[in-house]
Amino acid sequence: MPRTAGRMTRARVFGSVLAALAGVGVAAVFAISWRPAIPAIDPPAPQTFDATLMKRGRVLAAIGNCASCHTVRGAPDYAGGLPVATPFGTIYSTNITPDAESGLGRWSEIAFRRAMRAGVDRAGQHLYPTFPYDHFTNVTDEDDRALYAYLMTRQPVHAMARENQLSFPLDQRFVIAGWKLLFLRPGTYQPDTARSEEWNRGAYLVEGLAHCGACHTPRNALGAERATAQFAGGDVDNWHAYAINAQSPAPVPWTADALFGYLREGWHPEHGVARGPMAEVVRNLSSVPDTDIRAIVAYMASVFGAPTPDRKRRGEEVLGQVNSTPAQVESSDAAGAAIYAAACATCHEAKRPLPYGGVNLALSTAMSGPDARNAANVVLAGLRALEGEPSPIMPGFASSMNDAQIAALLNYLRSRFSNQPTWTGVEKIVEEARRTQTVALQNSRRPDHAPADSSQRDKP
Amino acid sequence: MNGPVVLDRRRVLAGSGALIVSFTLSDAFGQDQNAPSATPAPKPPGSLATTPFLDSWIRVDADGGVTAFTGKAELGQGFKTAFQQIAAEELDISFQSLKVVTADTARTANEGFTAGSNSVHLSGTAIQNAAAQVRALLVAEAARRLDLPAENLRTENGAVIAPDGRRFGYGDLVASDMLHVQAQPTSKLKDPATFKVMGQPVARVDIPAKVTGGAAYVQDMRLPGMVHARVVRPPSYGAQLTECDVSAVEKLPGVVKVVRDGNFLAVVAKKEFQTIKAMAALSAAAKWKEMPRLPNQHDLGRVLTSLPSQDKTILQQSDPSVTGQKTLDASYTRPYQAHGSIGPSCAVAQSIDGVMTVWTHTQGVYPDRQAIAEMLGMPPANVRCIHVEGSGCYGHNGADDAAADAALIARELPGVPIRVQWMREQEHAWEPFGPAMVTRLKASLDGNGAIADWNFEVWSNTHSMRPGGAGAMLAAQHMSKAFAAPAPKPLPLPEGGGDRNAIPIYKFPNAHVVHHFIPAMPVRISALRSLGAYHNVFSTESFMDELAKVAGADPVEFRLRHLDDPRGREVIQKAAQGFGWQKGQKAPRNRGYGFGFARYKNLAAYCAVASEVEVNGETGQPRLVRAVAAVDSGQVVNPDGLINQIEGAILQSMSWTLYEAVTFDDTRITSIDWQTYPILRFNSVPDIIDVHILNRPGQPFLGSGETGQGPAAASIANAIANATGKRLRDLPLTRKKIKDAIDA
Amino acid sequence: MMTLKVNGRDHQIDADPDTPLLYVLRDDLELNAAKFGCGLGQCGACAVIVDGKAVLSCVTPLLLFQDKEVTTLEGLGSIETPAPIQRAFMEEQAAQCGYCIAGMMMQAQALLQRNPKPTDEEIRAAMEPNLCRCGTHMRILRAVHRAAHLMQTADASTVQRSGR
Ligand code: FES
Ligand code: FES
Repeated sequence: MPRTAGRMTRARVFGSVLAALAGVGVAAVFAISWRPAIPAIDPPAPQTFDATLMKRGRVLAAIGNCASCHTVRGAPDYAGGLPVATPFGTIYSTNITPDAESGLGRWSEIAFRRAMRAGVDRAGQHLYPTFPYDHFTNVTDEDDRALYAYLMTRQPVHAMARENQLSFPLDQRFVIAGWKLLFLRPGTYQPDTARSEEWNRGAYLVEGLAHCGACHTPRNALGAERATAQFAGGDVDNWHAYAINAQSPAPVPWTADALFGYLREGWHPEHGVARGPMAEVVRNLSSVPDTDIRAIVAYMASVFGAPTPDRKRRGEEVLGQVNSTPAQVESSDAAGAAIYAAACATCHEAKRPLPYGGVNLALSTAMSGPDARNAANVVLAGLRALEGEPSPIMPGFASSMNDAQIAALLNYLRSRFSNQPTWTGVEKIVEEARRTQTVALQNSRRPDHAPADSSQRDKP
Repeated sequence: MNGPVVLDRRRVLAGSGALIVSFTLSDAFGQDQNAPSATPAPKPPGSLATTPFLDSWIRVDADGGVTAFTGKAELGQGFKTAFQQIAAEELDISFQSLKVVTADTARTANEGFTAGSNSVHLSGTAIQNAAAQVRALLVAEAARRLDLPAENLRTENGAVIAPDGRRFGYGDLVASDMLHVQAQPTSKLKDPATFKVMGQPVARVDIPAKVTGGAAYVQDMRLPGMVHARVVRPPSYGAQLTECDVSAVEKLPGVVKVVRDGNFLAVVAKKEFQTIKAMAALSAAAKWKEMPRLPNQHDLGRVLTSLPSQDKTILQQSDPSVTGQKTLDASYTRPYQAHGSIGPSCAVAQSIDGVMTVWTHTQGVYPDRQAIAEMLGMPPANVRCIHVEGSGCYGHNGADDAAADAALIARELPGVPIRVQWMREQEHAWEPFGPAMVTRLKASLDGNGAIADWNFEVWSNTHSMRPGGAGAMLAAQHMSKAFAAPAPKPLPLPEGGGDRNAIPIYKFPNAHVVHHFIPAMPVRISALRSLGAYHNVFSTESFMDELAKVAGADPVEFRLRHLDDPRGREVIQKAAQGFGWQKGQKAPRNRGYGFGFARYKNLAAYCAVASEVEVNGETGQPRLVRAVAAVDSGQVVNPDGLINQIEGAILQSMSWTLYEAVTFDDTRITSIDWQTYPILRFNSVPDIIDVHILNRPGQPFLGSGETGQGPAAASIANAIANATGKRLRDLPLTRKKIKDAIDA
Repeated sequence: MMTLKVNGRDHQIDADPDTPLLYVLRDDLELNAAKFGCGLGQCGACAVIVDGKAVLSCVTPLLLFQDKEVTTLEGLGSIETPAPIQRAFMEEQAAQCGYCIAGMMMQAQALLQRNPKPTDEEIRAAMEPNLCRCGTHMRILRAVHRAAHLMQTADASTVQRSGR
């Protein structure tokens, strides 16, 4: 079940955190680290919440992808307990159902809002920033109220929080206070009046509740998003979350329409099918109205901007290639070419439209991405069927190809389907992807790397 | 490769050619099981009525070997084992010492189709009575030889035994055409209390081969010199082949022949994968003209009710003294749904010296022979159809079409055995689907919370387009001398088609039931397990719950309130009791309890299903947690086989009910594989299914293979309504629809 | 020509290297158990065991099997000497039409080889790639549990012989 260990070595992290804290000054940290408890309330009855507010909260919770972190597969919704591996150790998500003892039942709206804004729980404890309050701090009072109404009307589940697995001094919550001092920029979103309302709505969502940067922005040694590299690509659960700014490695540059289609349907003919953690995001977004998706798209379009003439030309070239008969590319990797032709091309060149036909790999960002990890994940695990719903299926090849065969295949795919320099260390990446997937498979009812499906989690 | 080659497994049976002597078939009847069977003159029971000679059913060889013949096909329901039990019981021989031969136009009776849960009821009854009469003849012969009264003799283990211990083996007693006699109207059947084999959970005879990799299916046949064929089907209904340059395909490795006849296109090659590659090349070379002519799949309810229909009132009763006070109405819809056999359809055919032999997993070897003969312009006597098991079919799937494909191709390559197997996409796109249906219900409750009047209208296509002639088969429709599809006909009551189970089993003072039969068939359809009963029972039993709710009554008690039939009542009570159903009991949060009941066709087995469904309040995902069924199918032959059937029915019906709909755009079927036509997977399998059997020793066999479909669907729908407080009436009850209903 | 090791024996195979293993098994080696269900890796009817893991033979080309060892249902046991998994399926009467069953058994066998005492959840998760249209699932689950039990109680040498 653990989402998988991060790549940064723990020793280095300890060192950096301590050094940073020393710089801030221990006294200052203590000064800001104390927060009062907010008085407990009697759990409010669900009927006391306004139904319209609750419904708005439902949409907001979907945009916030709350269920993804606060629900364990097979366990009740929002009951928490999902282990999130961070470079600092394993942190477990908390129970956000309105259970009085173990959940939010005794939290007032003020306490809830403080958690969203300042990352402090009702008792005054600092929360680890795996709960992305560095984004949620932007959420308006009104939206916090709606979210609160939604969560407080869920089914209460008694599930005590699990102990985080962190070692000293990271298990000391005051350390977080130091972190906040460095990285938390409180304040609700300030609209840019020069921009359209839609754009502002999008910016508010993307930077706030939707916390896109949490995955798509690289993090520094202290686990904070690098402000100077916003949306330049990050890592999550052994997947690479691609750059979604101007540096996007997508072979065909993203357009607003394409992104809208992708977020709406979970796939786009010029980009393929969402998978890994993004599949879950898209699935949650399916209950969000078009207007919000359009707003997100409007903002993101300004983030990635218009493609350079060079990228544009390259994109057109790729589309041209895809629609013509496949060129026979000379490759030094005959083994990889043979595997591709026999095992992959039957679907990926069948020209059956997406999402049920395999994407032409020249369009796949996985082939032009910075490393082979995502491609390795997909080759190994494939795409699993969603329960009872039409959904793309791809068989995984973990059992039928060894690391060397997959590496040969990936190297060939890289040379044939992208104009980027060859990947390095592919075999090692494959080996690691296999190891982490095996762990995930052994620990969960369904592999974490299938198109994630929150609906699968209600299973006993 | 000279002379008919028989599949290995069958060779055992066919080896003793003497078996077939003096074997008589009657062709006059048996085609139409839906014809009313009420007969004034006493006739022998079951299929003996149409095939009366005893040796059509039971053969005793001089060496004592006994064979039972059935014109029905084993489709995975375990008939073969059940028939073996029945014959062994009545003949007093051991189960193991008997063989059963199934449908083969050269060897077995014409019993039409294996369909409608009629097999045990028709064929089993025939075998049972024939076996009893054969035993009586053997005893009489022994009595004659011993000069003793027959009453003094007993039978045991394949022999007639005198009180003094003298014994005659059956083989010693049988004379040349002793069994070639017409059956008597009545037989002296054994007392059920003395049954040794019947009623016992006998292990199925077909399973050992299936779990060890034996040749078990037509897909596993390998005849000497056999080659493989694949058909390239048009991309959509009615598409015309405009051009196809086959020269490149003909040069591909292994290719033996490209067959083109009008819009029928196929390729034959030596090895199977060569054939598949050639098929892909042929498919790429073929250019088709398509016509958009499919209806809007998102508006089937309106599409169906606006097509021209032939309307017939099938029930009208009134009692003006009873009037309703509260009236409720509702409409339910069902999409087109697929058989979705796991193994795509397959057939092997070989033409030798003007005789065409087809090995097929058809449900009707005789009708298939008729249709293939017509397609090929051959006398039926020169066509032999032999049933060989295929993957489970659940009705009229692509089996007959594949048989026609194989025959048409085999004609082009005389002497060569041709194996055709459909591809997954072909099976999904071209099989005849279970028809979409619409029902409209309206009822009123009187002051006591009882139903005062009941109105039920159903709109549906026919539910059987089985081969009555060549035109029913794709190959014949596509060849240049094309056969037109036969005009669809409604299936007559009491069994019915679209109106199967439309007439309520409950007693209502006023009732009005109308069947709107729709001849136009925009989508290719035919029989799918339980035909119209699935939707009609889903509708009736959902509506019963809706009414019960308004009446403030418990659903089980409400049903009993309206049901006189004592066996039906007992089945309902048994299921409720097994489930732990308690009046007014509330399920835990996010869970619901539901109930459904029907007597299949109002004349076959009774079945009630109670279920517990969990619905995820956030995602809408439904999950059947457990189901408890009770079934009364008369005298039980193989209890374990019956339980297996009911378990399967519940799971399959759950899959239909929660997930399944054929999809299409204006031209093509778009649900063409398991991505686009999802069905039940292991992660959704319930925790428990319990099946309780109410055995009725000595009572007639009642067909049970399809009895579970409707009640299971209704009980799941009712449980979802119970869990969410929202009533869903448009099948399938998908996660999305449930979520939308919860969120609304 | 390629050498393919199936059920403990080397076979010389004369097929194109891109031929999916399924057709080699059925066509060249005349083995019945692995079934064509979809040819797309969506149903599991074609499952076999390769080096201890379940593999969908319909989407796995021959060229990937150099130096690997393939086991099919035929390699586990026979009618006369059924392997534990085969006995279990017979004893539970875990089949209706049976077309899916060979693939189910191979998927289950692979699970039991790597996890001799699976929980019900683990069995369900492992069987997820395999479809059954007849609705035999309850019995299949029971049969896998029974097979696990049989494998543990069976004499180790018997397991060795029949279980690869
Ligand atoms: S036949 Fe291989 S997965 Fe379906
Ligand atoms: S038993 Fe028929 S498909 Fe599984």
